[in-house]
Amino acid sequence: MMRKKKCVAMLLAGGQGSRLYALTNNIAKPAVSFGGKYRIIDFPLSNCVNSGIDTVGVLTQYQPMILNNYIGNGQPWDLDRNFGGVHILPPYQGKNSSDWYKGTANAIYQNIRFMSQYNPDYVLVLSGDHIYKMNYALMLNYHILNNADCTIAAINVPIEEASRFGVLNTNADGSIYEFEEKPKKPKSTLASMGIYIFSAEKLYKYLEEDNANPNSSNDFGKDILPKMLADGQKMMAYEFEGYWKDVGTIDSLFEANMDLLGDNPKFDVGDNSWKIQSRSPLAPPHFIGEGAKVDNSIIMSGCEIFGTVENSILSSDVIVKKGAVVKNSIIMGDVKIEEDAVIEYSIIDENVSISKNARVGQPKTDNKGIAVIGRNTVIGKDAIVEGGKIIDKDVVKEDK
Amino acid sequence: MRAVGIIFSNIHDHNVPELARIRTLGSIPFGGRYRLIDFPLSNMVNSGIDTVGIITKSNYQSLMDHVGSGKDWDLTRKDGGLIILPPFGDTDSSSLYTSRLEALKGITNFLFRADEEYVVMTDCDNVSRINYNEVIEYHIRNRADITLVYKKFERGTYPAKNATTFDVQDGRIVGVNYKERLQDEYSNVFTHVFVMKKSQLLNIVLDSITHNKRQFMADVIAENVDSLKIMGFEHKGFYAGITSLQAYYDSNMKMLNADVRHEVFGDRSVFTKIRDSAPTKYGNSAIVKNSMIADGCVIEGEVENSILFRNVKVARGTVVKNSIIMQNTVLGENCTLNCIITDKNVSIRDRKVLSGSENHPFYIGKGIMI
Repeated sequence: MMRKKKCVAMLLAGGQGSRLYALTNNIAKPAVSFGGKYRIIDFPLSNCVNSGIDTVGVLTQYQPMILNNYIGNGQPWDLDRNFGGVHILPPYQGKNSSDWYKGTANAIYQNIRFMSQYNPDYVLVLSGDHIYKMNYALMLNYHILNNADCTIAAINVPIEEASRFGVLNTNADGSIYEFEEKPKKPKSTLASMGIYIFSAEKLYKYLEEDNANPNSSNDFGKDILPKMLADGQKMMAYEFEGYWKDVGTIDSLFEANMDLLGDNPKFDVGDNSWKIQSRSPLAPPHFIGEGAKVDNSIIMSGCEIFGTVENSILSSDVIVKKGAVVKNSIIMGDVKIEEDAVIEYSIIDENVSISKNARVGQPKTDNKGIAVIGRNTVIGKDAIVEGGKIIDKDVVKEDK
Repeated sequence: MRAVGIIFSNIHDHNVPELARIRTLGSIPFGGRYRLIDFPLSNMVNSGIDTVGIITKSNYQSLMDHVGSGKDWDLTRKDGGLIILPPFGDTDSSSLYTSRLEALKGITNFLFRADEEYVVMTDCDNVSRINYNEVIEYHIRNRADITLVYKKFERGTYPAKNATTFDVQDGRIVGVNYKERLQDEYSNVFTHVFVMKKSQLLNIVLDSITHNKRQFMADVIAENVDSLKIMGFEHKGFYAGITSLQAYYDSNMKMLNADVRHEVFGDRSVFTKIRDSAPTKYGNSAIVKNSMIADGCVIEGEVENSILFRNVKVARGTVVKNSIIMQNTVLGENCTLNCIITDKNVSIRDRKVLSGSENHPFYIGKGIMI
């Protein structure tokens, strides 16, 4: 008898994430740091594990090195399994053809053989750019109870924001009768979360057809789902209630990070009933020095703080020297902030040095936007980076 | 690999009876996220030793839970790796070993099986970073039979009154003394690190079975300083002996010193069991100074000169000074703690005032609620 898995998850992690600018210059979006300790992909991966799904294909394409290293053998998520586990699926060369992944549907199509070796009844398609905690097992039950061919997770958004999303128009029983992609006048407030469950055989069939159609853009949202609906397949909307954020832009990434702060945070990662697992750094506990001031912040191991940190999130091994001030900012791992430097309303990517007395960013009230410093850069002594600037090269003080 | 490692996890449990009552000395928590065994175990791994036997005797559940399969030290290997060596009972003797030599008698099979030429043996009674490779090189260069590592202490700087010390001449150990009081200007205190050929160790162990010797230091080393070439290797780096609860407290507090902290942890190669905690969160009312704080804490009160392990909660209005607060301790509102060591899972209710003193910290046992 063939061993099988009830449900296999396919995680789309190949997008470039160009709206994150300098933060994704040489790293795939799902590998971007989040919340001091995590990377974005920890959320869908942990959701899978917590939902009892132990077979996950991660489809990579754009700048996969850091993501591949991070996932490794999947052990931090308990996904190092003999049958199943996490598998990185890059595009590959075939005997007759070889292709980059042309679209989300094409990426899954090229990995039908991966899925079918587990002989799954259902396939869960996820994207690697959302921050949320969700029990996919409940969604799968809903899919099965409704005898659906495809179930799409959806969240209620304010009507004025609905036109930014793919909107699902549904009947009273939750079945979908219409998709509207970024409608000017939305008829419903149910926005698609980009999370789909398919009955496996149906998925394979539609992927094959889609691949044979030269006019298709090979995209789930644009091609597969409308085709299934047009063919009269049973498509259900599964309403999700809870925190969910697409972190595809600088502003939304910043906001989602800030949602972790406060006594009653909008999003709580410390909740042990739904643990978010991640690959932990090998660093000693952090150290708060004499004269340091830390207010309403998240600080990871390996940090050494001698300056002021307010309303900020610091990843591991960040050094804040005496007199330096970090306010309303996100500082990713291995960043060094020298004496008297001031950082305000900024995102500083990994392995950046902010030299003495440099100024990065401006208060939010200046309305200049969030300053972003890309990884592996040096901001020179006394240099000034204005609010809203996006930097991916070293900056030295301008002589006037 | 040229050396096999042996770590004694239980010897010296009596040094810190409070903390070792429910665990081995090796599994005593240290420095916010570590256990004492992490230091010798990491030293072994960093010295390229990938077969390590851990000798246990009693209370070793917490130790086994901590080291697991050895994965976090990269010691889950096809050949060798991490091997727990519980006491080996013969059918004709049911008693547990009582000395280092007797413990070694129980692991002769492990020693016979290992392919490595040398043996490095250590205990878990100190915090230090020693490169055992350098010790092995020194041992080979000096054509020694046995090399023992010592640390030179000025009078009054060793944390205990008594210790095993060496008389060293040109690097060779010519005398072994057990001193009730360290009164000399300098003392060469034994760090319980041994290096020798595996065949040498096996000879010693088999000979001791024949001649019914019991004590490694007294019956083997001290007796043979003339007939064997026993070299002393001086460890010049940081060394904190965990010789008592007071020494445990002081050694933890030394981690608040930047130079010490950077020497011990700077290269990020002290390995430990990785557990998932969320990052530590500071509330609006938090005031923290000169403290080492592990992941998963929620701090709303005041913390000064202290070490907080994982998942400690410090509620509003509570002041913690000069204290070591272990994992999962919950401190209620408006408490005051000074010079306190709380073991794991302690709860302190609102408005309690607890104080030890810097030369006599007050210990609160595991799981106690006050």
